[in-house]
Amino acid sequence: MLTRNNLLAGTAALVALSLFGPAGAQTPIKIGELNSYKVFPAFLEPYKKGIELAVEEVNAAGGALGRKIEIVSRDDNGNPGDAVRVAEELLSREQVSFLIGTFPSNVGLAVADFAKQRKVLFIAAEPLTDKIVWDAGNAYAFRLRTSTYMQTAMLIADAAKLKKKRWAIVYPNYEYGQSATAAFKKLLKEKQPDVEFVVEQAPPLGKIDAGAVAQALADAKPDAIFSSLFGADLAKFVREGQTRGLFKGVEVFNLLAGEPEYLDPLKEEAPEGWYVTGYPWSEIKTPEHTKFLTAYQNKFKDYPRLGSVVGYATVMSAVEVIKKAGSLDQDKLIAAMSGLKLMTPFGMVEYRAIDHQSTMGAYVGRIAVKDGKGYMKDWRFVDGKDALPSDAEVLKMRPKN
Amino acid sequence: MTFASIIIQLLNGLAAAASLFLVSAGLSLIFGVTRIVNFAHGSLYMLGLYGAYSLIQALGRTPMGFWSAVVLAALAVGLVGVLIEVLVLRRIYRAPELFQLLATFAVVLVIKDIALFVWGAEDLVGPRAPGLSMAVEILGKRIPAYDLLLIAIGPVVLGVMWLLLTRTRWGALVRAATQDREMVGALGVDQARLFTSVFFVGSVLAGLGGALQIPREPANLELDLAIIADAFVITVVGGLGSIGGAFLAAIIIGVAKAFCIGIGTVTWFGFEISFSKLTLVVEFLIMAVVLVARPYGLLGKPQAVQRIAADLAPPLTAPSWKIALVWVVLLLGVPLVADRYITIMLTDIVCFALFAVSLHFIMGPAGMVSFGHAAYFGLGAYAAGLLFKRAGLPMEAALLLAPLCAGAFAVVYGWFCVRLSGVYLAMLTLAFAQISWSIVFQWDSVTGGSNGVFGIWPSAWLAGKTTYYYLALACCGTGIALLWRVLFSPFGAALRAGRDSPLRAEAIGIDLRGFQWAAFVLVGALAGLAGSVYAFSKGSISPSTISIGQSTDGLIMVLLGGVETLTGPVVGAAVYTWVRDAVARHTEFWRAVMGGIILLIVLLFPQGLVGGLKALFLRWKEQRA
Repeated sequence: MLTRNNLLAGTAALVALSLFGPAGAQTPIKIGELNSYKVFPAFLEPYKKGIELAVEEVNAAGGALGRKIEIVSRDDNGNPGDAVRVAEELLSREQVSFLIGTFPSNVGLAVADFAKQRKVLFIAAEPLTDKIVWDAGNAYAFRLRTSTYMQTAMLIADAAKLKKKRWAIVYPNYEYGQSATAAFKKLLKEKQPDVEFVVEQAPPLGKIDAGAVAQALADAKPDAIFSSLFGADLAKFVREGQTRGLFKGVEVFNLLAGEPEYLDPLKEEAPEGWYVTGYPWSEIKTPEHTKFLTAYQNKFKDYPRLGSVVGYATVMSAVEVIKKAGSLDQDKLIAAMSGLKLMTPFGMVEYRAIDHQSTMGAYVGRIAVKDGKGYMKDWRFVDGKDALPSDAEVLKMRPKN
Repeated sequence: MTFASIIIQLLNGLAAAASLFLVSAGLSLIFGVTRIVNFAHGSLYMLGLYGAYSLIQALGRTPMGFWSAVVLAALAVGLVGVLIEVLVLRRIYRAPELFQLLATFAVVLVIKDIALFVWGAEDLVGPRAPGLSMAVEILGKRIPAYDLLLIAIGPVVLGVMWLLLTRTRWGALVRAATQDREMVGALGVDQARLFTSVFFVGSVLAGLGGALQIPREPANLELDLAIIADAFVITVVGGLGSIGGAFLAAIIIGVAKAFCIGIGTVTWFGFEISFSKLTLVVEFLIMAVVLVARPYGLLGKPQAVQRIAADLAPPLTAPSWKIALVWVVLLLGVPLVADRYITIMLTDIVCFALFAVSLHFIMGPAGMVSFGHAAYFGLGAYAAGLLFKRAGLPMEAALLLAPLCAGAFAVVYGWFCVRLSGVYLAMLTLAFAQISWSIVFQWDSVTGGSNGVFGIWPSAWLAGKTTYYYLALACCGTGIALLWRVLFSPFGAALRAGRDSPLRAEAIGIDLRGFQWAAFVLVGALAGLAGSVYAFSKGSISPSTISIGQSTDGLIMVLLGGVETLTGPVVGAAVYTWVRDAVARHTEFWRAVMGGIILLIVLLFPQGLVGGLKALFLRWKEQRA
């Protein structure tokens, strides 16, 4: 007989079914993601799209351990204090299995230290600081992105080949610019002992007085310039330098300037001939990249930026480590993460057991302009593992656990 | 530097000064008449750039198109300023002093997200000025022709402003209102219209300053906060309300920066000094020196006694022991029923509550507004971190010694600050905060530079989140209770007397300056305690704990809760921290939502949350009686 109680029970069962799905009453695996979305939107909007694409692909292929994947994202406000709080929230309230993400160096380092304290896996997506895997490395933190040191090292071969004596340096005055400069000076000096660094300018991030800086560099009469400016600072520097003739007869090396995030806004003023690291997305023809590019363009009707690749590869790393570990146990995850190999749009990468740095590479080339747009020409891909210091040096820097 | 480079760097400095001057002149004008500390002025500047960019796209890259775009963008920004004045600020002129700051802060949040929505996240590099894209050769060096034009525009605007202020009726009214706006009202001048017109002119200047930058600076979302601090500095260095002073100050700061860059790295007595890195803080150093030497800026005059539109702050009422006890019991009970995250959130709130109460102590009852209160919070946090990490002290000792370090800084900073009053005092506190920030930011070997210090976790017996929450509650609760108790002591009464009537207070034999100095040290130490507890709850600290953003957060908490109430800052700290956390989690454009919520509170409760609720409660009681 159909009583009210029966009806209620039946409805409840139906609701339960629809909630948990027919495939097997499994809840999705939650992964906590935090980033400074509102502070660095130019990089992180494409990054977020990369994440969405990866989640869609993974879940269409059945997820991991027979469960779907869910990314729970939070805005950390670009501030380590807030970042630690949202990380706590992700772990204790959302019950995420582990953490991924972050952009600025100080936030990445704070979350890495927090991960060590809480004994949970953390895959740093974008922070470039060398310290996160070296001087301040710990057992729980891994990093995907090609670091400051690696990107600088990738440019050194070209820089040394030019045999320029007088170098000028300009960098944004914080961790990334400082360590890029330190690495560049050290590496170039090794290859070319007679090199001279004639002027060094360290404008505050986002507040460069480009005219005065360009003039100060020009006054030192350099043969070549090494810059790690990006974003609005880079655009201002390029324009002032061009108007003032700073770059005439001077070779310029600029980290990151080939990334669409920073190259595209320059449009027809993109500085021709500069040596840069970046992402020539339209010209990479490897099957893994073509697959990524097609899927991305189909989904978003837009081309990927470097941030998209980072977001995509971060989620893929998270999924692969779960599959390899076969469990969500932190010790097993950490063990699986060391030496984890996976395919990314930039080819195979490996999270090195020795320092937890991935071997993700980067593209090195020179800027050229076509149809009012900057692009990278004569580019080549440098595998990350060829841009890292020797194991002995790494072991010396990394604290023993 | 050769002679030629000196001349070129001078020109660079003058070109950079042009836009700074325009923005600051607008800010100075608005402040002079309305007494509003307009945080949104930088947002208007940013809108000027974005507006010019879009209009040039629409009108074409011809000289005609470019210059019409610049003028139209400036006028459009003027209209935005009028909207802000009419829709928001006009409704709260009678609110307690500085309350309008809260509203303009909300406007900053809203405009930032609107700009993100309309123009997107990517930097927009504008075109060069048509016809002026080349460089001019001077002494064998090239300088953009457009820069020379900017150098000329500064004095032209100064001249126009001077004519406007001295030769027109509107100018006479503005000057009169700057001196005594109540008198102007009493003489039958429509204040609302005058204020609106001043906002229009001030906003046009900000918009023009922005639009003129488009060939030099990409439109981006960081511009608002990047320029606002500089604009305040210039306004204060020049002397509030003095357009000529703003011009002079803009030139001094623009040129000083250019020369710091031009000088570069020098070696003195074997020490390498990088003047280029000094650009981080040079404007604040100049401001500190100017204010110490000239308490009213370069060309400012002592402010005429202002009959403020709002009533004097009502006397404070001491909190009842019974209610306080209920709260303590409730707070102690939370971890027993709530989830782990609520405990963590409450630990944050408790730290910020002490931070806000200490700020309220100094800006409310003691009458000395601080724009740089994060200095003590941050220095306390750093002291804790460094004592623990570098000096190897036990965590408990570091936690308790840190407030003393923060207090020691307050001894020094306070000594200078109490010699000033009003906005000048507030800006000097900001100068000290920024100087502290830049040292912490630069001193890599000790403070970890931009990375900060990490690995500062509490001792094992305090490591549990609940235990640590109780520790935070004990430390910060004691701090708050102490501050409240002091307010009702003779010392507190003397401070309040000094705020309401310095002359009479001194006449009855109160050593006001000494008392104010002591108050500075007390709140410095307790803000330092808040910072110290905060540092160990996070495990890491970075320069952002000393940044302008942290100081602003403190101000927002105090004003949100109600500066004229005792418990307001605590409520403000709780509501602000909690709402921000909740909103940021659930919405993409969380800044705009946050701004909207603050605006709503501002308009509904011009006395702050606690002040407003109190007034409602009193009215309800009256109706019942």
